[in-house]
Amino acid sequence: MAAAEQASSKDKGQSATSWHGIVLQTLKRNEIKLVPYVPDRVLTTLIKDLHADPYFNTFPTAREEEAVGIVSGAWMAGMRGAVLMQTSGFATLANVLASLAVPYQIPLIMFVSERGTLGEFNYGQALVCRTMRPVLDSLAMEHHTITRLDELEFIADRSIKQAVTTQAPVALILSPLLTGGKTFDK
Amino acid sequence: MTSTHARNTKVMNRFELTQRLVAGLKDEAVIGGIGNTNFDLWAAGHRPQNFYMLGSMGLAFPIALGVALAQPNRRVFALEGDGSLLMQLGCISTIATLAPKNLTMVVMDNGIYQITGAQPTPAAGHADLVAIALASGIANSSWAADEDDFERLIEQSKQASGPTLIGVRIDDKPGTGTTRRDPVQIRERFMNGMGVRQLL
Repeated sequence: MAAAEQASSKDKGQSATSWHGIVLQTLKRNEIKLVPYVPDRVLTTLIKDLHADPYFNTFPTAREEEAVGIVSGAWMAGMRGAVLMQTSGFATLANVLASLAVPYQIPLIMFVSERGTLGEFNYGQALVCRTMRPVLDSLAMEHHTITRLDELEFIADRSIKQAVTTQAPVALILSPLLTGGKTFDK
Repeated sequence: MTSTHARNTKVMNRFELTQRLVAGLKDEAVIGGIGNTNFDLWAAGHRPQNFYMLGSMGLAFPIALGVALAQPNRRVFALEGDGSLLMQLGCISTIATLAPKNLTMVVMDNGIYQITGAQPTPAAGHADLVAIALASGIANSSWAADEDDFERLIEQSKQASGPTLIGVRIDDKPGTGTTRRDPVQIRERFMNGMGVRQLL
């Protein structure tokens, strides 16, 4: 378990010193209320804390592209959203990114918990992870891989603001270096 | 429970039903699914509260859900084909759980992928999409028996305490018009129709 993860489970993730506490506060500061997700082990505390905070409307969807559709509709009607998912979920999104988010110029904000690298135990996850950045690059989409706690707020806050002002989607990839990732003993 | 089987319902026409819906609208949002569904919505008369999908098959209901959550005081209609809905059946469960009362979903069911050459869907003649919606938790789900029943169900949905799904059996005719494929303009005009921003 990563140091950041240990710190968070003590203070319920609200602390500005845990990665998920920073993500939650950054969402709030940017008036992102709607947070549909397809869960991931690494995102567990963040999802729990989002549910516990009445500021957010957060709920699971059956597929990641469904969540993308929901936040796209909400944004066009005046409510900001972000989607949480893991790497394999991102791999289901090429069609909706290429036919909705990018051409309609929708500031889709995605947080992707990265699996498939830095200690992956499932070969399928390792392979699907390799498709993520080529898909993002093929659509010239903005994306950042966040590895350090001290850079998280800057990258997330600036990226959300850039997505909104430039009306362009962004993927924020949460590296195992930041989150601790998922290891074989879990 | 649905006691009316799909095959007891009249086979109607998508464009005619869409015209009937649009004729009664004021400021309601309408999300038109990919292909013929939004072609007929376009042909029924463009309005800034219409959103036309040019891809992302199956996402008409999720997009409409997002609009409904963002603007709970506005009625939102979503028009979707049966083939499209089959791609995203899970969204009905999400909608049933969130239960926005301002969302009315219409499934245009002809049992075929009309636009790709009228091939039957895997559900054609077997699966009952209204029964699936009921089992997914959309209590207000029913087949429209005919055009007048469709209009009655649309009106009824406006007073419902939860989301509504209306199944309509339609013929195999293609769409009537062709939506102008300018995604940024579609989105800008829709946002203007939603009162979110002014047009330049």
